[in-house]
Amino acid sequence: MAGMDAIEVRGLRKTYRGHDAVRGIDLSVTRGEVFALLGPNGAGKTTTVEILEGHRKRSGGEVSVLGEDPGAAGRAWRARIGVVLQDAEDAADLTVTEMVRHIAGFYPDPRPVEEVIDLVGLTEKRKSKIRALSGGQRRRVDVALGMVGRPELLFLDEPTTGFDPAARRQFWDLIRTLAAEGTTILLTTHYLEEAEALADRLAVLAGGLIVAEGTPATLGGRAAAGAKVSWRHGGVQHTEQVTDPTELIRKLVAEEADLTTLTVTRPTLEDTYLQLIGVN
Amino acid sequence: MTAAAAVLPGTFANGVARGRVEIVQFLRDRTAVVFTFAFPAMLLLLFGTIFGDDYENSGISVAQVYTASMIAYGILNTGFITMGSGLALDREDGTLKRLHGTPITSTAYLLGKLILVFVLSVAEVATLLLVGVLVYDMPMPEASHWVTFAWLFLLSVIACTLCGIAVSALVKHARTAGAILNVPVVALQFISGVFIHPITQLPAWLITVASFFPVKWMSQGFRYVFLPDSMKRYEAAGQWELGRTAMVLGAWCVIGLVLCLLTFRWSEKDQ
Repeated sequence: MAGMDAIEVRGLRKTYRGHDAVRGIDLSVTRGEVFALLGPNGAGKTTTVEILEGHRKRSGGEVSVLGEDPGAAGRAWRARIGVVLQDAEDAADLTVTEMVRHIAGFYPDPRPVEEVIDLVGLTEKRKSKIRALSGGQRRRVDVALGMVGRPELLFLDEPTTGFDPAARRQFWDLIRTLAAEGTTILLTTHYLEEAEALADRLAVLAGGLIVAEGTPATLGGRAAAGAKVSWRHGGVQHTEQVTDPTELIRKLVAEEADLTTLTVTRPTLEDTYLQLIGVN
Repeated sequence: MTAAAAVLPGTFANGVARGRVEIVQFLRDRTAVVFTFAFPAMLLLLFGTIFGDDYENSGISVAQVYTASMIAYGILNTGFITMGSGLALDREDGTLKRLHGTPITSTAYLLGKLILVFVLSVAEVATLLLVGVLVYDMPMPEASHWVTFAWLFLLSVIACTLCGIAVSALVKHARTAGAILNVPVVALQFISGVFIHPITQLPAWLITVASFFPVKWMSQGFRYVFLPDSMKRYEAAGQWELGRTAMVLGAWCVIGLVLCLLTFRWSEKDQ
């Protein structure tokens, strides 16, 4: 299995009643990688992920997930993937422990229930009914259920929607822990800082096509886009666009310019993203 | 790889685990518990009180006849309605999607539902019999009738459950499930000798229509179990027709199973 990609997609298409939701995308995710799929609503993110999970049939193209076609794979394959749902409201009358234990029972080698609940930070809530949890806590149950089977590949579809900033940081740590254990993670998100914080590589989907792919630092030519250097000197605002700010700053220092207001800015991932999806 | 040596848990074990969780969830929803059990019992008390007389000096009270017939309704309620709306709800709240993301089989999921319906039906029948015995002095039948009861109960539960699963494919939203599923249920009660008995009061063509569906045979069978043999003259054929009852219910089990296999889907169809 060594060297084989976790996910391999060639020319994936999906048509709903004449409407093209996914219009031929190529994607490869290496084992152990955290890969983020970004894109506006309706870009085809969820459709793509659902096809990879085996929840939806594709209209065309080739898909291989952990070496198998998700449209035809069986139970043994399902035991190797984990799915974190986006907006489930099931099992409201069960407690956290009851539900995690129940789902764990379907896997050949599940993680210990207490360990999983502890990892998602719900130990204090383990005896609460799922109905009584806050939205963020509810999502953490979803993550617990997605990881309890020790998946080799975990799908997370917009996992932190509705989280407060502290909960989001905690969640990121959890994802990093799983990634450090070698779990391959495919993540969709609306939050650019989330993709930047977690992803080794990312792709931007717009209108059913991949418009850019790269690392958070290089996406959409971000690395080559250069930097904007601004400073005030003698009451006058100066701004210069340069590929490499080193030379300019060295020059300014040599000229003994006043650098108390110096700023160096690169396009943020958000700037790049908005440009890619055609908003700017 | 620690997982390499481990084996996937079997479908039967997973099905039993589903059944346990289904029952726990059902019991924690108090409204559902009260409605499921109190409604048929309330109808029985109402009918028994309104039509309290003897059956043409047969020594059998109308209330006793209703008790026997209402068992068919009880099973229809727990099997067909609970299953039809339960499946629609599972599709809507993400239960099905959740399970489809795990290695569980659809057979194990449906086995869990069948266990739930089986337990609910036993409790439902016990409630109705308790009302019959305590309020209407219904005598309990001899042992041989309980054998008939056993196969009749099993076939009825399986047929109703499978048809409930099949018909849930037509239910778009869990909210409207109750309303949609009650249409065939109420109509069949009226033409199958549950609410209106003797069934011979109905026009012949309506009895013919009812004979194509399981409810008529269920209620007739339960009247055989709990009423004296002389009461058979009030049946459509003047006979208990146990053989034909077994055949019709068996046929509906097969029809229900085929419909189930054709219509059951883990996820909603592509919109």
